[in-house]
Amino acid sequence: MKSAVLVFPGINRERDMARTLRLVSGGEPAMVWHAETALPAGTDLVVIPGGFSYGDYLRCGAIAARAPIMDAVRAHAARGGLVLAVCNGFQIACEAGLLPGVLMRNAALKFICRDIFLKVERSDTPFTRGYNAGQVIKVPTAHGEGNYTADADTIARLEGEGRVAFRYTAPDGRLDPQWNVNGSSNAIAGILNERGNVLGLMPHPENHVEASIGSTDGRGLFAGLTQHFDKAA
Amino acid sequence: MSRNEPRITPELVAEHGLKPDEYKRILDLIGREPSFTELGIFSAMWNEHCSYKSSRVHLRGLPTKAPWVIQGPGENAGVIDIGDGLAVVFKMESHNHPSYIEPYQGAATGVGGILRDVFTMGARPIACLNALSFGDPKHPKTRHLVSGVVAGVGGYGNSFGVPTVGGQVRFHTRYDGNNLVNAMAVGLADSDKIFYAAASGVGMPIVYLGSKTGRDGIHGASMASAEFGEGAEEKRPTVQVGDPFSEKLLLEACLEIMAKDCVIAIQDMGAAGLTCSAVEMGAKGDLGVTLELDKVPCREAGMTAYEMMLSESQERMLMVLKPEKEKEAEAIFRKWGLDFAIVGETTPTKRFIVKHGGAVMVDLPIKELGDEAPMYKRPFDEGKKRPVLKAESIKPPMGVADALEKLIGSPDLCSKRWVWEQYDHVILGNTVQRPGGDAAVVRVNDGPKALALTADVTPRYCEADPFEGGKQAVAEAWRNLTAVGARPLALTDNLNFGNPERPEIMGQFVGCVRGISEACKRLDFPVVSGNVSLYNETNGRAILPTPTIGGVGVLDDFTKSATLAFKAPGETILLIGETQGWLGQSLYLREVCGKEEGAPPPVDLDEERENGNFVRGLVKDGIVTAAHDLSDGGLLVALAEMAMAQGVGATLDPAPGDIPDHAHWFGEDQARYVVTVPAVHVDAVLARAQTMSVPVWRLGITGGDSLAIPNERPIAVAALRERFENWLPAYMAGEI
Repeated sequence: MKSAVLVFPGINRERDMARTLRLVSGGEPAMVWHAETALPAGTDLVVIPGGFSYGDYLRCGAIAARAPIMDAVRAHAARGGLVLAVCNGFQIACEAGLLPGVLMRNAALKFICRDIFLKVERSDTPFTRGYNAGQVIKVPTAHGEGNYTADADTIARLEGEGRVAFRYTAPDGRLDPQWNVNGSSNAIAGILNERGNVLGLMPHPENHVEASIGSTDGRGLFAGLTQHFDKAA
Repeated sequence: MSRNEPRITPELVAEHGLKPDEYKRILDLIGREPSFTELGIFSAMWNEHCSYKSSRVHLRGLPTKAPWVIQGPGENAGVIDIGDGLAVVFKMESHNHPSYIEPYQGAATGVGGILRDVFTMGARPIACLNALSFGDPKHPKTRHLVSGVVAGVGGYGNSFGVPTVGGQVRFHTRYDGNNLVNAMAVGLADSDKIFYAAASGVGMPIVYLGSKTGRDGIHGASMASAEFGEGAEEKRPTVQVGDPFSEKLLLEACLEIMAKDCVIAIQDMGAAGLTCSAVEMGAKGDLGVTLELDKVPCREAGMTAYEMMLSESQERMLMVLKPEKEKEAEAIFRKWGLDFAIVGETTPTKRFIVKHGGAVMVDLPIKELGDEAPMYKRPFDEGKKRPVLKAESIKPPMGVADALEKLIGSPDLCSKRWVWEQYDHVILGNTVQRPGGDAAVVRVNDGPKALALTADVTPRYCEADPFEGGKQAVAEAWRNLTAVGARPLALTDNLNFGNPERPEIMGQFVGCVRGISEACKRLDFPVVSGNVSLYNETNGRAILPTPTIGGVGVLDDFTKSATLAFKAPGETILLIGETQGWLGQSLYLREVCGKEEGAPPPVDLDEERENGNFVRGLVKDGIVTAAHDLSDGGLLVALAEMAMAQGVGATLDPAPGDIPDHAHWFGEDQARYVVTVPAVHVDAVLARAQTMSVPVWRLGITGGDSLAIPNERPIAVAALRERFENWLPAYMAGEI
């Protein structure tokens, strides 16, 4: 798997992401500067990592969505290439039109860093094939604006087309507003685009890939992606 | 020499915080009346915050050396060697006064300032901690201050991208008018690639890096060198505004030019901005400095020399550049979208010369600006020792179970989850032990080494007996590191006190520093960096003396640190250390009996050392399944914390008959730890303790879902946990 991690000014989880990709896939990801206009040849997976691109002083992700490299990312997605967008990356992907909806301020109006539980809604995507459908994983969140919101039609479409990939739940997989960490509509934590090749999610699976550092529950996402490309190759 | 500058009058001198005799010192030093800009510079360099004029004479006694110390106090941060070619760079600094006036920005720029101190030296920050002290929860401003400070600390650190992994939060009415924000940053560097502030070479370009200079923070350092009276809020314009995005860019750009070997010397612009950084770089290198202010990148037009020299705009650095690397360095800064301007050069004259609009605005002797700052041997009075309270004389107003429930839901002992969940504590993927334990544990790169980090002090002990309190602060930090299994290596101290012109406050300072010094010597735990914050006082009422200790230790294997949670039923609980039942100045006395009286528990440093070494050995050998040091609230509070962490209860043995029950359960005797040991290892542990002459007592056995104490009602762990977790969120929601 050849992966490329985008680096915008103010992004700060690019090292976490690169390290996890290295650890799980065994390959070294390319770090791609925002001012570039092309992705490295043969890129399989584009990762838009977390952080505070451009300080997030404007709407989160709004400036990064218009950076030079994003045209190449949109073209990559249009060709069916995979894009993984985490946290600020999810916000950027929404602003860039790669995914529908928007991430609003957390319902509690505060930044929240906490381990939360995610139900994996389906396992038949390149991003989730490392998990079983219905499996509950524990991964950390760290964001102030992760409250997924969209108009009723969009939410209905996402649900109807099975494009909700991850949902905030109780540890036993039960839907419970108390465990919906940021107040997202339908407890949505991660969604796919129509074609299923772009995944956006708020939590940080890349921070839970080692037993001594939290848990290994995040590993499945990266292991699944690696398998997907190894099989293809 | 100066154009259009105000005339120097006694009133103007006084407004600059300079006493008549200090102004006379200036006249004697330069042989003429200073210009307005020069007066501003003297006021910036000679205030308490920058010159340490009241504290310097006492700080000299602190032990600062050890074979593993690479750089002690006097640089931007301290540096220690942790082996494998790696160095840890760390420091703690206060941002108290600004955080009271403007809590969000005050706290945010406190974090920004300390991060800059660390990466200025070539280290990438890997963790932050903080120690926060607020006023009485009932005080009308407290909630607002907690909310703003916590959001500010988080807002800066989260965006910058460093995990905030630990610290402490306390409440006491003596912080009503002066909350404390002590921020600590820890970074990692190659031990042979540390960057210092001393300039070298004549005619070397001085480069201004980072954000533009604006009119914010002017006189910030002077403001922080005076007590508050009525109308402190009017000082709001002296507080800087933080921009963590720029700081993140500055970090990346600085580390990049350092890696490309472009830098001779580098200094961040903190207190007193351009003035302090330029003077320090020149003075430390025995060189003069000439600055051309017309070249300084400014946020707004028409700034005067005075404003530029005193601005404390954030996210700026000053660097002496290798001249042949100019183009390369500039390209790196442009790539990161930051300002890069050559604003001056080093000279052989040892003069500090500032030019603006074709005129020389400042011409001062550079060494004397720092070295000749006033130094005071202020009178001090350490006060009388307080009487030792006998536990028998303190009548318990309620039973042990009730007292525990009251304590665990009290402002100082309750969970601080509401605070640390607003800090990203997992970024960088190395946080082994998160907030809430005795010390945070952060892996070093890919391991196997890890750092243990803590920030601690017990101000009520320092108030009652500055010397013992100073010792205790160091011992407790050392104990926190030991409890997770780390070897304590060095510390940074952040000394927060009231007005040093009052002998009793100076007495607290002197006593605490003596205590710190004593403990550092005996525990081989040197001071490598620090900061003094005085005048934390409003209308003559000072804060509790608060010498916060930031400790750093190292673990050889990050997978082998001990945590405090009871892990499984059926394990034996052991107490290490002597219990006399010391209730003087205990939280039991304060929270349960409503009294703040007596002498604090004495600290026997030999016992600390022996008991600590014993516990560290047990952790290292993997014999204990949990370890926790005893501090606020004593034994039963520690056991409750261990039970709540994973919901495993315990059945406890009766208190020994020779001391009153409440003193056994809640006394705050020092040098103690609780560990759990699987049944098979108990005899081995007891035998090892006997050989090392360390006192060990059996306390009971883990299991069940409550704490069962003989002759007391069982205390359900779940109910305890609810009290523990609920107080702070309920308070912040205005429900209490």
